[in-house]
Amino acid sequence: MSAKDILLWVVLPYVTIAVFVTGTLWRYRYDKFGWTTRSSQLYERRLIRIASPIFHIGILAVVVGHVIGLLIPESWTDAARVSEDMYHLMAVGIGLVAGACTLFGVVMLIYRRRTTGPVFAATTRNDKTMYVFLVAAICLGLLTTLIGSGIVGDGYNYRETVSPWFRSIFLLNPQPELMAESLPSFQIHAVAGMLLFIAWPFTRLVHAFSAPLGYVFRPYVVYRDRGPHDSGSRPSRRGWERVG
Amino acid sequence: MRVMAQMAMVMNLDKCIGCHTCSVTCKQAWTNRAGVEYVWFNNVETRPGQGYPRTYQDQGRWKGGWTVKRGKLRLRSGGRMKRLAQIFSNPNLPTMDDYYEPWTYEYDMLLSSPLGEHTPVARPKSLISGKNMKIEWSANWDDDLAGGPELAPKDPVLVKIRDQVGDRVKMEFEQAFMFYLPRICEHCLNPACVASCPSGAMYKRSEDGIVLVDQDQCRGWRMCVSGCPYKKVYFNHRTGKAEKCTMCYPRIEVGMPTVCSETCVGRLRYIGLFLYDADKVTAAAAVEDERDLLEAQLDLLLDPEDPQVQEAARRDGIPEDWLSAAVRSPVYKLAKVYRVALPLHPEYRTMPMVWYVPPLSPVVDALRDTGNDAEDAGNLFGALDALRIPIEYLAELFTAGDIGPVRSSLQKLAAMRSYMRDVNLGRETRPDIPAAVGMDEESLYEMYRLLAIAKYEDRYVIPKAHTETARELEELACAVDYAGGAGHVSGPFGEVSGRPVPVAVETFHALKERQTTEVIIPVEAVRVNLRNWDGLGGGDE
Repeated sequence: MSAKDILLWVVLPYVTIAVFVTGTLWRYRYDKFGWTTRSSQLYERRLIRIASPIFHIGILAVVVGHVIGLLIPESWTDAARVSEDMYHLMAVGIGLVAGACTLFGVVMLIYRRRTTGPVFAATTRNDKTMYVFLVAAICLGLLTTLIGSGIVGDGYNYRETVSPWFRSIFLLNPQPELMAESLPSFQIHAVAGMLLFIAWPFTRLVHAFSAPLGYVFRPYVVYRDRGPHDSGSRPSRRGWERVG
Repeated sequence: MRVMAQMAMVMNLDKCIGCHTCSVTCKQAWTNRAGVEYVWFNNVETRPGQGYPRTYQDQGRWKGGWTVKRGKLRLRSGGRMKRLAQIFSNPNLPTMDDYYEPWTYEYDMLLSSPLGEHTPVARPKSLISGKNMKIEWSANWDDDLAGGPELAPKDPVLVKIRDQVGDRVKMEFEQAFMFYLPRICEHCLNPACVASCPSGAMYKRSEDGIVLVDQDQCRGWRMCVSGCPYKKVYFNHRTGKAEKCTMCYPRIEVGMPTVCSETCVGRLRYIGLFLYDADKVTAAAAVEDERDLLEAQLDLLLDPEDPQVQEAARRDGIPEDWLSAAVRSPVYKLAKVYRVALPLHPEYRTMPMVWYVPPLSPVVDALRDTGNDAEDAGNLFGALDALRIPIEYLAELFTAGDIGPVRSSLQKLAAMRSYMRDVNLGRETRPDIPAAVGMDEESLYEMYRLLAIAKYEDRYVIPKAHTETARELEELACAVDYAGGAGHVSGPFGEVSGRPVPVAVETFHALKERQTTEVIIPVEAVRVNLRNWDGLGGGDE
């Protein structure tokens, strides 16, 4: 096993996790004000009405697909008497639809972003970098779906290499050799994915963590006290204490 | 009974001359920043007119506020699940065009153009795209019925009552009627914006009922913007956060009136406390018939002089000086004691807390023009129904279409004029005039004092926030040792991240820097903004 494999399939994953977790915590601690969807719907309504739901629902389905494909071992589906062919048919069917929706959505959103003047003006360099990572990961992901299914090439069962490697990272028993022997397309997609997760905490993608599930359970009207603090957000300095 | 205090406002529309001073001073104080150029926490619209944003009152289209379905209160835009499903693109969100595209002018052209044959012009430049633009709409484009026959008929209120009023609302000059409606956030008892916020970032302060947005918790889902039927929550397109009228809480906390009230040249605004029963709000907002909402809302307001109410208020932690302020509250007198102030659009079921004394002046003017004695009580009473300010129109604004309370309010104002004329002319007063509107001479005179000559401390009865319960007064605390110079904090995540600098601090440092700088900042590099331009270089950006 080469140093490259160690670097890519052991070091990079742990660096990704470290940056992703600490970066997110750090950003939440220090940049709550910058933590927002920064929606551009105010500027343009027509395209976003179609593109945004397609993209978001697509990518949520993609997330679910990744969770199933990477976390559930082949032995479990075998035990449930789901044949390899059937599993793949399902994964490819749903995966392709979800992936295509995501790609269609993101392409439309980028088109909108580029062609609608105010939206483009509100696009920061940070956003543009993020789009590169995001679109790369999506395109490579679709490619792996096509290859894995055998629509392009001979077909590939990633659940014997990629998935066990993925789990091995979290079990703290990394097995880079599994990943090293998988197809280049899967390798590139994995690296692109990890880069995306490294960038994640520092881009607007953080809004994904704010999915407002609590809304379903909380009372409609929220009351807050001004709180029991003294006036002023910090203790008064000597000589500056309030009078009265 | 759970007693809570609510800071509320009454505006006397009879006195509004539509000068927009409130809007301008509010803008200077609060929305003089990039990202909120198009935002007016306070705006003054001419009625009939489309309002700002355009046709915001058409809830069939914008789906703001609440409805009642099978006796249960629900947001008009749907249940929680439906709204969460719409989070990726809000179908009811107005776009910039529904407000207006903000602009500035190329003022620099006037100064730096070379000598030439033609006078230089300052072309309008969009503040959104930075390009030349054609100005086609603004926050008060239809001011004073401008574009009347073309624009005003699209007023959603007019559309609604057209069937019953028919051609009584005329748009031809000399037959038209109009009045001004200044609007701020209603700081509702049952706020639909707060209920719409998926993140729980919007809240109602339990001490004084002011509705605020927590800028650290807002995630930019924009549901509050569409949830508010008055469209008084705005999206800062630069920071990606919602912003709204704060009722100038830093001023209110130290006992000062809001900027809009303070600067109102007509002195038509009143600020004071309501005590209300928080336990009954939901039930009151859910009454079946829209026309019962006004009465339900009035029933929520508790009599601050009632010993039982006072005892309950003390139990619920309302301080003693707040109780005495509630007793002296001008808004309670106008809304509940005299019943001349009415809430704006109670049918949205948000229990709005900015109330309006409907305008009588258009009636008086019209009556005088016909050669009649415009201050004779009998003439006025008759004219109310016959003349060109259709009571139906006011009723659609203030009482969900029920003309009873509007007529009663206008009659009281008419009676007051008539009665006071006798006083001023040294004639025998006529007790039958107040009696005709269910009042006595003493209370009519007191109402006259409050509406006509109330002094500063009578119009604004604002108890200070208590230090023992006060939240940090951020603006004060930051200003003491603010370091790092003026301008925009540029965090590692781009120009929209990092802690927001309090507006007052930012403005202070920006002005200080520009007034003390040795260098003239080249103007072509920056946007010139007259709102805070001091003649030295550019404006913000």
